[in-house]
Amino acid sequence: MKIIVNGEEQIIPAMSVHDFLHSIECDPMPIAVELNRSILKKSEYRTTFLAEGDQLEIVWFVGGG
Amino acid sequence: MSQHSDTWKIAGREFRSRLMVGTGKYADFQQMAQAIEASGAEIVTVAVRRVNISDRNKESLLDYIDLKKYTLLPNTAGCYSADDAVRTCRLAREAGLSDFVKLEVLGDEKTLFPDNEELLKAAAILVKEGFTVLPYTSDDPIMCRKLEDLGCAAVMPLGAPIGSGLGIRNPYNIRIIMENVKVPVIVDAGVGTASDAAIAMELGCDGVLMNTAISGARDPIAMAESMNLAVRAGRLAYLAGRIPRKLYATASSPLEGVIG
Repeated sequence: MKIIVNGEEQIIPAMSVHDFLHSIECDPMPIAVELNRSILKKSEYRTTFLAEGDQLEIVWFVGGG
Repeated sequence: MSQHSDTWKIAGREFRSRLMVGTGKYADFQQMAQAIEASGAEIVTVAVRRVNISDRNKESLLDYIDLKKYTLLPNTAGCYSADDAVRTCRLAREAGLSDFVKLEVLGDEKTLFPDNEELLKAAAILVKEGFTVLPYTSDDPIMCRKLEDLGCAAVMPLGAPIGSGLGIRNPYNIRIIMENVKVPVIVDAGVGTASDAAIAMELGCDGVLMNTAISGARDPIAMAESMNLAVRAGRLAYLAGRIPRKLYATASSPLEGVIG
């Protein structure tokens, strides 16, 4: 199925947010995730399953002033 | 008053250092970490950005910042609407597990001046959601009072445009802002060199926030140390109470007993 991750289209099999983050090696990092413009709490990663057309934003901290 | 006992608070949290530093535009994380250490700052600003999905080998900034020692202040740099700024703050809270945010809503790419209308909108929402909001704003006493009335934990008027190094262009407004609000006043942006930071502190500001003045210096680590000293010197001078400015001379040596 197709989802949008950080503005880019990705084709992935059906899976949870937790598994997706693991597949892109994002899980050990201090990140925040927004699914269809709503913040997803870390406790919800395992119980939230991605669906066709979902929009995912994955952010972290970078240098800034 | 000794430097030791001269602490200050933001939303009930106590800090010793009155210098807050950014983490942007360093040659590498190593240099950034050394500069932060030299600055003596306890609060460091960071930006919130998309993780690069295709290149996952990048180190994390947080590997270089000891969160037991430093308070993270995520910013909303690059946001031009209240909506984007609020969204960024919610993400920052989730990533960092802290309520502290440096709220900036920009109005223009060339000046990076704040869009104060959007800033007020965003501040109102974020305060309601329990954030500790530190807004970057114009050096406008009325705006600062409105931000305090909304429940912001501090106000952060600019000294000059971000990254300009022009120093504090309107010290009189900064003074009026300090008379107008009870929350901490932090000069954010515009500092170019140590004397600018000292002037902010001599005016009686509670703190100074800077990034480019340190990271853009030829030797960022040395500049960080100079800012550390300047902020402490300026603060001490403010507490010591400067002499009034006078047009004519007052002799320092006795007038009696001059020979001849």
